[in-house]
Amino acid sequence: MTSSVLLTLVVLLPFLASLVAAVLPSNARNAEAWLAGTVAVVGLAVMVWLYPQIANGGVVRHEIEWIPSLGLNLIIRMDGFAWLFGVLVTGVGFLVVLYARYYMSPKDPVPRFFAFFLAFMGSMLGLVLSGNIIQMVIFWELTSVTSFLLIGYWFHLAQARDGARMALTVTGLGGLGLLIGMMIVGHIVGSYDLDVVLASGDAIRESGLYLPALLLVLLGALTKSAQFPFHFWLPHAMSAPTPVSAYLHSATMVKAGVFLLVRFWPVMAGTDAWFWIVTFAGLATLIFGAYAAIFQTDLKGLLAYSTISHLGLITTLLGMSSPLATVAAIFHIANHATFKASLFMAAGIIDHETGTRDIRRLSGLFKFMPFTATLAMVASAAMAGVPLLNGFLSKEMFFAETALRDANPFVNFALPVGATLASMFAVVYSLRFVHGVFFGPPPEGLTKVPHEPPALMRRPIEILVLLCLLVGIIPGITIAPYLAAAVVSVTGPETPYYSLSVWHGFNFALAMSGVALVGGVLLYWALYGYLNKGIEGPPVIRRLQGKRIFERIMLTITSKWARRLESLLGTRRLQPQLFLLFFLAVAAAFAVLAGRLGTVDLSLAGFDPAFALIWAVGVVCAVGAAHQAKFHRLFSLVLLGGTGIVTCITFVWLSAPDLAITQLLVEIVTTVLILLGLRWLPKRVQGMNDEALIQRAFIRRYRDLALAGIAGLGMAVVAYAVMTRQIPDGISRFFVENAYSLGGGTNVVNVMLVDFRAFDTLGEITVLGIVALTVFAVLRRFRPAADSIEKPEQQKIQNAFDERVAERNPGDTVNEYLMIPAVIMQWMFPVIIVLSLHLFLRGHDQPGGGFAAGIVMSIGFILQYMAGGTRWVEERLRILPVKWIGTGLLTALLVGVVAQLLGYPFMTTGFQYAEIPFIGKVPMASALIFDLGVFGLVVGATVLILIALAHQSVRSPKVARRPVVKVPEVAPDAPVETR
Amino acid sequence: MEIILAIAIGVLCSCGVFLMLRPRTFQVIIGLSLLSYAVNLFIFAMGRLTVGGVPVISHGDIDPSHYADPVPQALVLTAIVIGFAMTALFLVVLLAARGLTGTDHVDGRER
Repeated sequence: MTSSVLLTLVVLLPFLASLVAAVLPSNARNAEAWLAGTVAVVGLAVMVWLYPQIANGGVVRHEIEWIPSLGLNLIIRMDGFAWLFGVLVTGVGFLVVLYARYYMSPKDPVPRFFAFFLAFMGSMLGLVLSGNIIQMVIFWELTSVTSFLLIGYWFHLAQARDGARMALTVTGLGGLGLLIGMMIVGHIVGSYDLDVVLASGDAIRESGLYLPALLLVLLGALTKSAQFPFHFWLPHAMSAPTPVSAYLHSATMVKAGVFLLVRFWPVMAGTDAWFWIVTFAGLATLIFGAYAAIFQTDLKGLLAYSTISHLGLITTLLGMSSPLATVAAIFHIANHATFKASLFMAAGIIDHETGTRDIRRLSGLFKFMPFTATLAMVASAAMAGVPLLNGFLSKEMFFAETALRDANPFVNFALPVGATLASMFAVVYSLRFVHGVFFGPPPEGLTKVPHEPPALMRRPIEILVLLCLLVGIIPGITIAPYLAAAVVSVTGPETPYYSLSVWHGFNFALAMSGVALVGGVLLYWALYGYLNKGIEGPPVIRRLQGKRIFERIMLTITSKWARRLESLLGTRRLQPQLFLLFFLAVAAAFAVLAGRLGTVDLSLAGFDPAFALIWAVGVVCAVGAAHQAKFHRLFSLVLLGGTGIVTCITFVWLSAPDLAITQLLVEIVTTVLILLGLRWLPKRVQGMNDEALIQRAFIRRYRDLALAGIAGLGMAVVAYAVMTRQIPDGISRFFVENAYSLGGGTNVVNVMLVDFRAFDTLGEITVLGIVALTVFAVLRRFRPAADSIEKPEQQKIQNAFDERVAERNPGDTVNEYLMIPAVIMQWMFPVIIVLSLHLFLRGHDQPGGGFAAGIVMSIGFILQYMAGGTRWVEERLRILPVKWIGTGLLTALLVGVVAQLLGYPFMTTGFQYAEIPFIGKVPMASALIFDLGVFGLVVGATVLILIALAHQSVRSPKVARRPVVKVPEVAPDAPVETR
Repeated sequence: MEIILAIAIGVLCSCGVFLMLRPRTFQVIIGLSLLSYAVNLFIFAMGRLTVGGVPVISHGDIDPSHYADPVPQALVLTAIVIGFAMTALFLVVLLAARGLTGTDHVDGRER
């Protein structure tokens, strides 16, 4: 296995392990920890093993084709800098796993924790090892999402949910900016390959798109690294479990931002825009974070602001654009990761063993946990920049860099003074952490007696603190070669000389350090009284809460503006929306077709007066239906049916018998359906007396009429233009020529539906089935309007008549109303079934088919309902429409699946001539079975829709007591008995 | 023939569009049906008009010009079915809306 493939597996492994971790039992703390720890150690081992390959500016690269047409390939790429990050991610990851094993309570669902943790580790590795900048953004977003899940791990706490959401919103926004920024960079360079991008620094800096690209990339980096003004999410992310904080806010998540800055430093730094934005965002964060950290009462809050401040330091260094500053930045990234991770873990131990993280309640813990206290003190000293510790070295380099600037007077003054001030603050908050927690009188009012944690829980801190010491005392042996490898990969071969020795002699930087240390101690002494009062939040800027501003902005954008925009652009009224749609459709058609229709040949060739007469009727029916839809619904429905019949005759006339049959049958069912619905519609609202409303309705009516007229005219012109042109040779020839030889049927349309285009038909009947079930479901909850619950007026008049006449019972008239047609309908039942079977069987060769047969069958059923009434039918005949639908659909599917099982594509039909005794040669097409499925589904769907609607009359309480139609009770000797 | 059918399609379409822009649900459902006729006839007409064509293949006669174009027919057949399903669904939705809101106005409330 080549080393590059191995590296790819290192990125994949955490994701796979994450899936495994997710399915382990919820109490498998040890198994989870072993799994995650092994993954981290394997990653670390691969990093260590690959070190020789990248030691001298080498690059390990593995490319996997992804979308080569877009120039997008998955590239895993590791150079010295990525290696440093890889080691931090896996190494600190391993220590955090070990720590988390003891930190997490048995009550916490650990599979979720470790699954998210591993996924986060994988995303972070993917990010630092990306050799493609789009791929980098994808992993970047993955770290946002997985960190969101980790921060919100204790989702029963509102704080955790809010913190997680805020972190996601802010870093997600940055991620979006980054994506666009990367696309701009890719556009400038002409490639998304990181190596190509890194080689095109001049092209990027000189491009006109440099500034937008820079701003967007910086938006991503500064949000992720919690730089001012986006710093506010980080303290709220502290509601995460401490191992998460230790991992995310020391070595990984927030370092992704500075990682990005370093990564793009060679190609983007060096301009004025970069210098001013990055340096001063960093400096502001550095001072603000350190200042705010002093006044935190929560240990983790203190560490969070300290993290913000240290990230500010790194950002400031990167902003200065000098190679030496970048060396210091990379060095500080590693140093900060070690001491901050150990401090977070120490804070977690204190929380774990005392039950609180509040500095005001903690004191004198040194007596109870001397080991932990010593470790935390060393780490704090590193954080404060005390000599002989790693923090001191990188801080000295920082001081040296700030002191060396001599660009303009403001910079010359602001940088060194700001750096010294922030460093002073760092001494203060480090002192507060150490002095406040470990010294003073023993703590009071704690829920438990503090003691040392399990040895293994302390082990990660010991390792990290040891590293702080080793790097701080003998940097030349411990860190120098690795740092050199990382630096070379960023600043290139002409990296200037830098020295990592502890003692550089008396110089300006040492003086600044001295001022910061002494000043810090004095300031702590001066502030001691104030701090002991335990006032939450930093003075002066206490009221400036990022969280509140964030929430106000979110409220404005997602609620106020959204609502205003909706009221400005949207309407809840249907008519304007439909008008707009039709208007746009007409306008679009006009735009496309105007001037392209050519000459339209207006000839009356083949004019058939009979056809014209039929359509004269059809047109009158249509206009009548349109006019009467408002005044007389039944009349309108009858006229609509007239147009339907004319349409049907047209199909017959124009040699399309299948269409004619289907149109006629659907016409019948639709009419019955709407008739059933009429009963539940209200009377027309009459007598609008508002003069203005009448005026407006009048205008709208004529406006709509104009649009409708134009639409109709357009349709007519287009239809005519097409019809008078020669038909191009399309796919129809294929179907006609092959219907018999390939499909085994002579009815081309049917063969197309059940064979050539059977997949479409399957979709179509599925839709029909879904509609039927939806209709059924909607009607189950149907509540008629108050004025529809009573009996219809006509029925009331009839019943009143029955009551007036002595020898009649109420309901007689209703029952006798359709007596003779009802008898005929009942007699027709078997005839209709035979017709249905006939249509079904002849379908493949003659006009007909499963669909027509299914509708005929359902008409047979519905006629029985009309003749005998709902109850009468259901006492005698149990139709289970839902079963018909299910069976039909499954049968149709079966045909397709069987074909697939036999090795043909889905829905392939076969046919064969079978020799049947006495009957002779009969074509047996598997399409017939498919058609059977269609038949079953259509019967079920149509019957279900109609019956569901018909049942409403029975359900309605008042009507239910006296069924509308009761033929058998009134006329016991009616012909229905013959069946 | 063509001119008659074109005019018919135009009128049906006009009636349908006009009705769909009206405020009462029943007008809309009638409009939808009329528009369906227009569209179905339009699609069918795209295969050109064949008067007196042979309905089914007979005696190995596989010259497409002897038949009405089967492709638009198959499409229209599907359209008729889906049109029916749409009408049914729309009908119950309008009935349920009428039951819930007490009005048959398309907006669910009288102006």
